[in-house]
Amino acid sequence: MTAVLASIMIALRAILVNKLRSALTMLGIIIGVGAVIAMIAVGSGAKARIQEQIASMGSNILIVLSGSSTSGGIRFGAGTVPTLKVEDAKAILREVPNVKHAAPSLPGLAQVVFGNQNWSTMVTGTIPELLQIREWPVASGRPFTQQEVDGAAKVCLLGKTVAENLFGGLDPVGQIVRIKDVPFTVIGVLAPKGQTTFGQDQDDTIYVPLTTAQKRLFGTRFPGMVRFITVQATGPEVMKEVEEQITALLRQRHRIPPNQDNDFSVRNLTEIAASAEQSAQVMSLLLGAIASISLIVGGIGIMNIMLVSVTERTREIGIRIAVGAKGRDILFQFLIESLVLSLIGGILGIGLGIAGTMVLSSFTQWPVLLAPEAIALAFLFAGSVGVFFGFYPARKASLLNPIEALRYE
Amino acid sequence: MSLIRVEGLEKIYRLDGVEIPALRGISLTIERGEFVAIMGASGSGKSTFMNILGFLDLPTKGVYLLEGVEGSRLSRDQMAEIRNQKIGFVFQGFNLLARTSALHNVELPLIYAGTPAAKRRKLSYEALAAVNLEERAHHTPSQLSGGQQQRVAIARALVNRPSIILADEPTGNLDSRTSLEIMAIFQRLNRDPGITVVMITHEPSIAAFARRRIVFKDGVVVSDELNPSPDDALKEMERI
Repeated sequence: MTAVLASIMIALRAILVNKLRSALTMLGIIIGVGAVIAMIAVGSGAKARIQEQIASMGSNILIVLSGSSTSGGIRFGAGTVPTLKVEDAKAILREVPNVKHAAPSLPGLAQVVFGNQNWSTMVTGTIPELLQIREWPVASGRPFTQQEVDGAAKVCLLGKTVAENLFGGLDPVGQIVRIKDVPFTVIGVLAPKGQTTFGQDQDDTIYVPLTTAQKRLFGTRFPGMVRFITVQATGPEVMKEVEEQITALLRQRHRIPPNQDNDFSVRNLTEIAASAEQSAQVMSLLLGAIASISLIVGGIGIMNIMLVSVTERTREIGIRIAVGAKGRDILFQFLIESLVLSLIGGILGIGLGIAGTMVLSSFTQWPVLLAPEAIALAFLFAGSVGVFFGFYPARKASLLNPIEALRYE
Repeated sequence: MSLIRVEGLEKIYRLDGVEIPALRGISLTIERGEFVAIMGASGSGKSTFMNILGFLDLPTKGVYLLEGVEGSRLSRDQMAEIRNQKIGFVFQGFNLLARTSALHNVELPLIYAGTPAAKRRKLSYEALAAVNLEERAHHTPSQLSGGQQQRVAIARALVNRPSIILADEPTGNLDSRTSLEIMAIFQRLNRDPGITVVMITHEPSIAAFARRRIVFKDGVVVSDELNPSPDDALKEMERI
């Protein structure tokens, strides 16, 4: 213990003797650690935002989209023809195991008017379960009920963006808005959900009971038709199985012969989000790797200075060995010196990294996340760089011949 | 048991494949409490001999016993430990750590001996007191005169209570009055507490303070005689 303390004192003294040189040596480590912290903060910020968005979609969700239409040889995209029915949703819930909810939806674009304000937005007819699947609470008012779906009540829930655009500061609950000239009573405003992974504003939306949408807003030639069904499975492990069973069930219900394509498609939202998360992770890793290179360059700087220091202090080393320092004492002294150098650099680098992250996020509005683990990791990394690059010079010092070292001018 | 016994000591250096003998069979003993001056021209092998006595180097051939311990077949670390415990060095060029206080310089051997800080401090002050430098304890070498620096070096050599002090041209960088001061200290330490001193010098006037004189030439001892009436450094100082 005494020896360790004494070595640290010796190291600090040696560092203080050459202040400018020590500071310049540390600079590499300072910048390296700072860069690692800032880059990880940016990377994990992006990752955290994506995770937030995944959570906002709801978990374990499959979307069943109705089929594509073909007209005169031109094929249209998925969902252009409503081949799904409300009964399909009910059948999925009833017959496929491990399905928690199945909510049919019929969306459409509509102009909404309140007083002298108007706004164009997505209006979706659905059943109350959809909001449960998407874990989407109402901020004020109440969600609509199954009775209101059964009775095709003219009530609606507004997304945050719609509420702001139509009502400004006013409380929308209880007001009447006109959707496609049909008067609807606003019974609630949904809690804000933010953007999707792909930048879509999820709050720019209105929900109405499914039957109301079918009868009053987007009436089609095919009664009971829906555009998509949102299915929630009981867990991530059954997703694949549920997907297959839904496909089989719907093929059977729609009487599709084995050699014909599906008139619907099933999409796994979690999978899509997971790939986005993965790409964020790759980015974070890449940035971290680039920053680590600067740390390593900093380490080489330390090695360089330590080699110079060992040469300069050959005589001192000779004296120490002559009065009884063992090889490991000298090794330890120089290792501690480079460790102290790199750790002081590490501490300053943490300061720089945090400051840099703040500046970066305030200038670019990027989401950043300063994780204590990342800071600890960068600090540890700096320490290991110090030990790793300090080892060779320290070993060189410890192997000096005392007679020659004492004669060194 | 003699303090030092060497028998048939040889040292051969190899330089670019050429063998250069530095010591060619040295046999002698040094008893506890002796004050020995080793003389000889440069290249006579006296420094090589000193390095081996000081466990800084190993002989090529022969036997070296310090307090009965065989010293010619030791590892680097074992040699370091013996230097730390049993030997005090005083060099021509003082060899103090620059920008480091006298006290810290004196503490150095104790640090490597693992002595606790409080005891280290106490022993170092005592050693500085033995060379009359307590009041300079916190001065760095650059703030001290040459004689004072050499006294700090002697204090460092004393601090671990060694069996022997090896001094390599201790007055080589000093003027004659300061040289006398240093010799007075050696004589005092040799009388009480009876520390053994082996000193290399090429000046007969300095060798005259020792009680035994060994002369080296071409790697062998050519003369080894006692000096029954060595000069007294304190009296010499009064004379000047």
